[in-house]
Amino acid sequence: MGQKTPLYQWHANRKARIVDFAGWDMPVIYTSINDEHRATRTSVGLFDISHMGRIIVEGAGAQAWLDRVLTNRVDNLKPGQVRYSLVLNEAGGTLDDVLITRLPDRYLVVVNASNREKLLNWFGKSTPADVRITDRTRDWAMIACQGPGAVEAMQKFVDVSISGLKYYFSADATIDGIPGFVSRTGYTGEDGGELILPSKSAEAVWNKLIDAGATAVGLGARDTLRLEAGMPLYGHELTEEIDPVQAGLGWAVKSTEKDFIGRASLLTKDPGRTVRVGLRLNDKRIAREGFLIRRNGDECGRVTSGTFSPSLEASIAMAFVKPDAAKIGTALEVDVRGAAVAAEVVPLPFYSRKK
Amino acid sequence: MNEEALLYSASHEWTRVDGEVCVVGITRFAVEQLTDVTYVELPPVGRAVTKGKPFGVIESVKSANDLYAPVSGEVVEVNTRVADDPASIASDPYGEGWMIKIRTTAKPDLSGLMKKADYDAQTAASGH
Repeated sequence: MGQKTPLYQWHANRKARIVDFAGWDMPVIYTSINDEHRATRTSVGLFDISHMGRIIVEGAGAQAWLDRVLTNRVDNLKPGQVRYSLVLNEAGGTLDDVLITRLPDRYLVVVNASNREKLLNWFGKSTPADVRITDRTRDWAMIACQGPGAVEAMQKFVDVSISGLKYYFSADATIDGIPGFVSRTGYTGEDGGELILPSKSAEAVWNKLIDAGATAVGLGARDTLRLEAGMPLYGHELTEEIDPVQAGLGWAVKSTEKDFIGRASLLTKDPGRTVRVGLRLNDKRIAREGFLIRRNGDECGRVTSGTFSPSLEASIAMAFVKPDAAKIGTALEVDVRGAAVAAEVVPLPFYSRKK
Repeated sequence: MNEEALLYSASHEWTRVDGEVCVVGITRFAVEQLTDVTYVELPPVGRAVTKGKPFGVIESVKSANDLYAPVSGEVVEVNTRVADDPASIASDPYGEGWMIKIRTTAKPDLSGLMKKADYDAQTAASGH
C-alpha cells in the first residue's frame, strides 16, 4: 500500500477505484471518466491533489537561487503571483514542471508527486547557506475546484474574494474558519482555483463543497481534461530527455533575460529535433502513448498521450513529430496496432472554455 | 437475459449456446473494469475465429483490450449497433450489448468455459 492523502478514506468510502500513482493510493474513477469530465466542464469538479509536492523556499537568498534553478522569472513576481516554470538539468532536459508562488516572505513551489523526492535531492545539491527548503507536503491537503461554477462554490467557505483574484494569483485565506491558501490556478482548462489547507481540515471542506454540488473527479478525468486543454503531463510530454522548447513551453523559458541551470545546453539543441503537436484522428480508436506516427509512410514521431475527448467526441492525442510534419493541417498516419489511422495536426489546446 | 444460462471465459467473454450458434459478448464485470468504452472493433461476417484467439478489440479511455473467441467457428452475425454506440455494451452487456454470433462446425468445444458461480468466484478472487 502506498501513501494516503487526508481524503483517502472519503474516496474509499465512495468505492472509488484506487490506483497507485507515484507511490500514492489515489482515486482514478468514482463513477465514470466521461461523467466526471463533463461535470467539470459544465458545473464543478472537485479533485484531491494532496499528493502533489508542496515545498517552501525561504531565506535571504531564496529569489536569487530560485532564479538559478527555474527557467521562468522569479525576480519580478508580484506578491501572491503564481508562475509556471520548468526545472532543468545541466543538459537542458526537464526534471519537472512546477508552479511557483510568491508569498509575503517566502516562496511556495508545487511540484509533481512523481518528482518530489528527485527534486528535493536536486535542490539540495545547489542550495546556498542563506536558503532553506522545507517539504510541507504531508502537513497540508490540496484540493482543486474547477469548472464554470467553481469560484462561486469555493466562495461560500473562503473569506477573500476569489473572483477578485486575477488568473494565476493567490492569497492567504480563511477556509471554513481555518487558515489556508487559495490560488486562481488549475489543470483543466476551466475557471476555478486550488485550495491548500491543514490536512486535518481537508475532509470537512471537501464535504461542504460536495454538498454545494461539486462532483468528485478522479485522476482518469483529470487526465482527459488536461489533455483537451493542451497541457503537458510530466512523464509523457516532459521527461529528462525532452527540453521545454521542443515541448512548446518556450514562453516559460527566459533564456534572453537571465541565466539558469540548463540554459547553455538549450541554446545548442538541434533545431531539427521533434516538437510537440496536437493530433485529431479520423477514427474512434485512441492513439496511445508510444504509437508510431508516419507521414507519407515515413516515420516522423511518436504519440505521448491520447484519449477520446468527451468534449469534442473525437480521438485526440499529443505527439512529438519532426518540425516539417508539425505544421497545422499536416496529414499524418498513426499506427494503431498495425492499422494506419489518418490524423491531422491541429492547434493546441483542443478545447478552450467560453470566456 | 438469464445470466445463469451463460458460460464464461477467464478473459471475461460470455457465451450463450443456441444449437450450432454461439452468441458472444463481454461480462458486466469486464465492462465495469474498462469503464467508458469508446470503441469496439468486431470482425466481418464470414471471418473464421479460433477458440482462445482474438476476434476483436474493445477500447476504453484507459486501455485497449483484445476480445477472445470462446469457441471456434465462423462469424455469422455481427451486432453493428455496439460498434456504432459502444455505450450499449455498458448499459446491457448480456442483451443489447451482444457482439457476435459464431457458427461452430460441429458440437461446440466448451472446454475451459465456466458456469456463473465459478466465474463470479474468479472475479471476486481477483480483488474487485
